[in-house]
Amino acid sequence: MVRFQNVGMRYGLGPEVLRDLNFRLAPGSFHFLTGTSGAGKSSLLKLLYLAKRPSRGLITMFDRDIATTPRGALPAFRRRIGVVFQDFRLLDHLSALDNVALPLRIAGAKPRQTDQHVRELLAWVGLADRMNATPPTLSGGEKQRVAIARAIIARPQLLLADEPTGNVDPAMGRRLMHLFLELNKIGTTLVIATHDEQMIGEFRRPVLRIADGELHVEGDS
Amino acid sequence: MTDLALSRDASGRFMPWVIAVMVFLAMLALAGAMAMHQAVAGWQRGIEGRLTVQIADVTGQAMAPRMAAAVRELRTVPGIVRAEPLSRSAVEALLAPWIGRENLGAELPLPGLIDVEASGGIDLKALNARLAATVPGATVDDPKPWLERLVRLARIVEGLGIGIVAGIGLATIAMVIFATRAGLAAHRDAIEVLHLIGARDAYIASQFQWQTLRLALWGGLPGGLFAALTLGLLGFLGAGLEAGILPALAFGPAGWGMLAGLPFIAIVVATVTARLAVMGALREML
Repeated sequence: MVRFQNVGMRYGLGPEVLRDLNFRLAPGSFHFLTGTSGAGKSSLLKLLYLAKRPSRGLITMFDRDIATTPRGALPAFRRRIGVVFQDFRLLDHLSALDNVALPLRIAGAKPRQTDQHVRELLAWVGLADRMNATPPTLSGGEKQRVAIARAIIARPQLLLADEPTGNVDPAMGRRLMHLFLELNKIGTTLVIATHDEQMIGEFRRPVLRIADGELHVEGDS
Repeated sequence: MTDLALSRDASGRFMPWVIAVMVFLAMLALAGAMAMHQAVAGWQRGIEGRLTVQIADVTGQAMAPRMAAAVRELRTVPGIVRAEPLSRSAVEALLAPWIGRENLGAELPLPGLIDVEASGGIDLKALNARLAATVPGATVDDPKPWLERLVRLARIVEGLGIGIVAGIGLATIAMVIFATRAGLAAHRDAIEVLHLIGARDAYIASQFQWQTLRLALWGGLPGGLFAALTLGLLGFLGAGLEAGILPALAFGPAGWGMLAGLPFIAIVVATVTARLAVMGALREML
């Protein structure tokens, strides 16, 4: 699914923030990504959700070398990746319903084909009565659930979540983790970035631990 | 509702006004250029093969016999196919726009005019000498030299009008590019999200394109309508002036078609410009 070989990344002409990354994510795998603040987690996620290209090395995703993939072909790959951003990145003028429907709309689906599906998913994440609310009127936890629903609505093959349970209560956090496990069971490859060592210990999955721009893989991958 | 909150942008407030003013000015400039073009063609058609013989009012000499003598003389000149004296009322009608009908009293001495049509080249110098010898006070007036100067001036005014239309077009394009780039900067985060969710550049560009089309319609159509009303009013006022030298605002179907099409051309240009500006800017993003 994903393979990094000697990957390095820098912003502009600055120093390398990621160095010599070597790892692979098998289809259907589930990894935690952890590390201290500023260690390079966000930069690695940006490479994974194709917001940045590596400054060196080879990234293979969906059997394609991403570094040399033309820009025009990237949207098709991005549609196979779901992302839960740490700061949610919801569109403030759209309702929760429209935010969640966005990936389907971009992919060309008609609202009448997707409306029911979107409503069901929002109901499942506990937002049945907040579907028409806009993000500025939602709490942090509600926004997070909308962001998660948006990331998974199009059944991505690779799901990346940056601190997806950081703003919800423990019960909702556990429920969302079980949603991720369910998605993983049906074949979705998952990478969940978190600082929560307790959660990492509880779910016992391979860990990509990043420190000072270098990556160490712990556990079976 | 669009994925980007473009309707809240500042451009939504100023763009219709700017486009309305641009369309209004462009239509007036185009109408002016077309009227000039039409007037020049009319002038040139009017004087083709035409001469005017003027018999000056000379104290103590009656006008009628001198006019008759001049006409007789002219009709014997090879190449002249027609020589018709103008009645006093016709001469007064020609002068009325210049000195006012109320000033054309019976006591006002007017020159006699003979409208001459020639089929070939006429030696004006010889004709002048021949007429002067036969009819005292007769001179041949060739309108070509002064008309050529007038045509040159009219052509410059016409070119200026077309230049103004082109300048307004370029200014409109620059304004749309500026507004679009401002919109791109204001919505950069949302655009990045759309890209990361899998939106193609064309999907994002189409949102800017439709928004610009809406704004251009709101500006272009009222601007065009107001220009049409202004041209109608100018035409009405011009018709009342009896100033034959002024170009008329009557263009025929093709001319009116061009004028009516101008707001729509402006709307299409604004829309296409917005799309191209967005596509060009998005290519610089990943």
